[in-house]
Amino acid sequence: MDAIYLDNNATTRVDPAVVEMMLPFFTEQFGNASSLHSFGNKVGLAIKKARMQVQELLGAEHESEIVFTSCGTESDSTAILSALKAQPERREIITTVLEHPAILALCTQLEKEGYTVHYLKVDDKGRLDLDEYKRLLSDKVAVVSVMWANNETGSYFPVLEMAELAHAAGVMFHTDAVQAVGKIPMDLKSSKIDMLSLSGHKLHAPKGIGVLYLKRGTRFRPLLRGGHPERGRRAGTENSASIVGLGKACEMALAAMDYENTEVARLRDKLEAGILARVPRSFATGDVSNRLPNTSNIAFEFIEGEAILLLLNKFGIAASSGSACTSGSLEPSHVMRAMGIPYTAAHGTVRFSLSRYTTEAEVDRVIQVVPEIVAQLRKLSPYWGETGPVEEPDKAFAPTYA
Amino acid sequence: MWDYSDKVKEHFFSPRNSGVLNDANAVGDVGSISCGDALRLMLKVNPETEVIEDAHFQTFGCGSAIASSSALTEIIKGMKLDDALKVSNQDIADYLDGLPPEKMHCSVMGREALQAAIANYRGEEWSDDHEEGALICKCFAIDAVMIEDTVRANKLSTVEDVINYTKAGGGCSSCHEGIEEILVKVLAERGETFQAGPVKMKEENAQNGKGGKLNNLQRIRRIEMVLESVRPQLQRDHGDIELVDVDGKTVYVNMTGACAGCQMEALTLQGIQQKLMEELGEMIKIVPTKAGAYARAASQA
Ligand SMILES: Cc1ncc(COP(=O)(O)O)c(C=O)c1O
Repeated sequence: MDAIYLDNNATTRVDPAVVEMMLPFFTEQFGNASSLHSFGNKVGLAIKKARMQVQELLGAEHESEIVFTSCGTESDSTAILSALKAQPERREIITTVLEHPAILALCTQLEKEGYTVHYLKVDDKGRLDLDEYKRLLSDKVAVVSVMWANNETGSYFPVLEMAELAHAAGVMFHTDAVQAVGKIPMDLKSSKIDMLSLSGHKLHAPKGIGVLYLKRGTRFRPLLRGGHPERGRRAGTENSASIVGLGKACEMALAAMDYENTEVARLRDKLEAGILARVPRSFATGDVSNRLPNTSNIAFEFIEGEAILLLLNKFGIAASSGSACTSGSLEPSHVMRAMGIPYTAAHGTVRFSLSRYTTEAEVDRVIQVVPEIVAQLRKLSPYWGETGPVEEPDKAFAPTYA
Repeated sequence: MWDYSDKVKEHFFSPRNSGVLNDANAVGDVGSISCGDALRLMLKVNPETEVIEDAHFQTFGCGSAIASSSALTEIIKGMKLDDALKVSNQDIADYLDGLPPEKMHCSVMGREALQAAIANYRGEEWSDDHEEGALICKCFAIDAVMIEDTVRANKLSTVEDVINYTKAGGGCSSCHEGIEEILVKVLAERGETFQAGPVKMKEENAQNGKGGKLNNLQRIRRIEMVLESVRPQLQRDHGDIELVDVDGKTVYVNMTGACAGCQMEALTLQGIQQKLMEELGEMIKIVPTKAGAYARAASQA
């Protein structure tokens, strides 16, 4: 039985066509794009083509707005640190409680260095209060950084609208679109987004390649200074093979955009409805009518996520969980906690993230396996009786916490 | 995914003694604040002999929490209460051939459930005596609360002090930033400022450390001592280990009998290596010798 991979928000398989495009850049096309001779020139042309492929997927106005980086995390750091460096008199940042650690850990560090960070709160579906946001926008704010789609729930933040508001207030706007790029159509030229991060390995390109989109005219200070690659905005000899691969992956994502938003969405909906119908005391988390086509995050009450994943893995099914125990940090998912998901449910959240490679047969298999696994673990749970949760579970089992 | 031992996996996939124990007369309900896991331990104690005749558990938790609960029930069945109280979290972890450092608190939760259940049986009030914080040092599984308390109690002021008193930071050293943050905080409480400086790692400053630098003979004796201490466990599984050579930081051993080449070998060696590092206070690499490998190939051919 083949393994079923439903963890595409963690990373994706590199498309074979992408690999094929990349291979010559490890062998005959080894030149340095900055060199004058023909070895370098060919590579330079290939990078230019890739840049245009990324530009097209993003709907960016100019090819020169695409800056290649080493990953999504680098793009995020570059964007925020650049905004702070370029506007030293502005000492505040606005972001949200649901961001990826690539933003949150950086913000924690910046707070230690004396910056003020405003974390926008969310409701139980993970939605922002835009009035709170409007009140915080001021000429003290250097940058707003809000993710386009959440990696755990897939839910969108209204980044287009928020960018307009920031622009009107004269504040730079960055979005971490690592999960959104390649899954939904974008037209950055008609938006007020100044900076955007993407990461290759989330859209069937390799790991270790990312992009910072930088709208023309946005004030910028590089993170890495050195030679001239990327017009001096990101020094370091270009990772040509990966750049070419990312270009190809962007082209393919654009070609598959309809499929992603119809067929992948249909399979995701089938999976979610199938599981929810068969498993009592389970529910989908996040803003379910407003999310990526490929993501479903389901909370299974009274059991724990890592245990679910271990059993799924035994059936050859790969997914991920927001449970404390899978992260290594011991903290349950900050996303689930911020949405106020009760403890006994937040612990048992499982994220299924599909891709255009996911098949109907795989979805059917998962729908069949999940209820058995949940039932098996609930038999071990102190909150669960013979056929359902014990009466008043929070009172029946109230352990002493140490 | 976690690097669980086969024994952990086995106890997770087929837990022993799970579910409600209807005629239990001792129940302990505890949870771990650090990860949110919780466990109910149910015992049937013979009032005459105080022997634990049966033990069951229900666990809301991860793979290692379930495996630790299962192991605990197996360990204590048939024990007298007073003996059961001596079961440590390390015993639980050892029974499972080790737990990842991030997961040691799962075994702590097991031990606490046992104390709570026995207190419940004896009509006593159980209260927890330790607090757990975020894991700082992954090499030696030492958390923030432990470091903070030690820094406070002993008025420590450098990362090196922390290494000498707690072992935290004495391994790979990637947690030194976290240790410095704790020092900054605690030093500020007593009105001092933390002065950062270069950190001498153990191999350089062994003379200044507890007990001073070991000479070669002492080192080898200690190594033998550690091997001696794990031998009974290996022999129980019909295997054995012998010291072949010590070359600097590399310890060559021969694994024999049922241990050789069994899937547990790598894990067992990892555990022994950890023990050696703790005992000697330096980085040690344990290597099974070729001789052992050849013997194994021959015996399997
Ligand atoms: C929303 C979000 N931002 C940033 C990242 C980090 O991207 P990378 O792994 O390329 O650094 C991820 C990937 O996990 C992500 O999901």
